[in-house]
Amino acid sequence: MKNKSLVSINDLSKEEIYSILDLAEEFEKSPNPKLMEGKVVATLFYEPSTRTRLSFESAVNRLGGRVIGFSEASTSSVSKGESLKDTILTVANYSDLIVMRHPIEGSARYASEVSPVPIINAGDGANQHPTQTLLDLYSIRKTQGKLDNLKIVMVGDLKYGRTVHSLLMAMSRFGASFTFISPDELKMPKEYKMYLDELGLKYEEHSELAPNIKDADIVYMTRVQRERFSDPMEYEKVKNAYILRNHMLEGTKENMKVLHPLPRVNEINTDVDTSPKAYYFTQALNGVYTRMAIMALILGLK
Amino acid sequence: MKDKKHLSVSAIENGTVIDHIPAQNLFKVITILGLDKIPNQITFGTNLESKLLGKKAIVKIADKYFERDEINRIAIVAPHAKLNIIKNYEVAEKMLVEVPDQISGIVKCVNPKCITNAEDVTPKFKVVDKENVSLKCHYCEKITDQEHMQYL
Ligand SMILES: [Zn+2]
Repeated sequence: MKNKSLVSINDLSKEEIYSILDLAEEFEKSPNPKLMEGKVVATLFYEPSTRTRLSFESAVNRLGGRVIGFSEASTSSVSKGESLKDTILTVANYSDLIVMRHPIEGSARYASEVSPVPIINAGDGANQHPTQTLLDLYSIRKTQGKLDNLKIVMVGDLKYGRTVHSLLMAMSRFGASFTFISPDELKMPKEYKMYLDELGLKYEEHSELAPNIKDADIVYMTRVQRERFSDPMEYEKVKNAYILRNHMLEGTKENMKVLHPLPRVNEINTDVDTSPKAYYFTQALNGVYTRMAIMALILGLK
Repeated sequence: MKDKKHLSVSAIENGTVIDHIPAQNLFKVITILGLDKIPNQITFGTNLESKLLGKKAIVKIADKYFERDEINRIAIVAPHAKLNIIKNYEVAEKMLVEVPDQISGIVKCVNPKCITNAEDVTPKFKVVDKENVSLKCHYCEKITDQEHMQYL
């Protein structure tokens, strides 16, 4: 992975995924290795995503590196109409690695083609967010002891949800089976189901939450956003169908864990938070170790 | 019938005849090959009868021979096109077009939020379906199908 950019989860081989997860595990055990001393990471956030940015910055700090960057395009030279290419070529002079979040789809791939330093895609519009997927994989392996042959239940906005699409692509490489739970309007797109068919992997589709999580190893919750609905009445009908409550966890598997990319709004009731099956806050913490591992490997420090 | 065809599109001495172009894509072929910008003598006929396509178009370009990859560019709009290489009024060679594995700089990405539509970036695609011609954007990974294809 040395000197390679990370644009899409699909760019990584299984071996590369394992080496990232293994190193993340090492960092979890000793979270302050000064491997990145003297290195500068630029975080270019063209749209706000405080969580992702803080997670990256925490990761750089734990590795002993330094961070420069901006978190809002409107206050930077970008607002003066500078092209992405020019910004990347300039910032590459100031840094060893660029972490970029950009609202335009494909911007990360393009940046990786023009940049002399590696780019890590921290989200390009609705397209890719590979470090989120890697921290999801890390969380799954840590809680299940393996990635192979797990039963993944995905809940909520499966139509537009970038995180569920990437996770599906990644987990399908490990022979997972899937249950999709969503309102009719937000069903998993056909292309992903066709992809699973091609691989011979099983999936089911349901619209009810509680009865369909009993045999899950992982329940991956996402937000159903009001703005996705053309008819506000439709949203009102479904919004409560997807609130996970503590009592629904009765009778689920012992090893089952609830994940959520955060922020949540009301799709996981706070009474779930104290359950040993609630894992979303630890999942966010895992993001720091995973991002440390990704950066250390790309910079050739490990 | 045969004679009438000869009358509507005159013969050339040397050059290339592109046959079996779907009639509705004639001008796309002209644009893609840049025929609107060359000084050669060009004749074309359109809405001609075709068993294969219903209505077809045909283009004759005098004193011009194309490179293979140049000609494959038209495969995305005319996958059944046939080329006759004419030398001295005779067909010296026949060629079929092949849909290439990748294309660059011909088609616009269908996704309005794609970097290729936002900045000065040449669109590049992987051809994911050669039969119906659908293209996966190298940048945003969205699919552009034949129906939504717009040309640069
Ligand atoms: Zn695109």
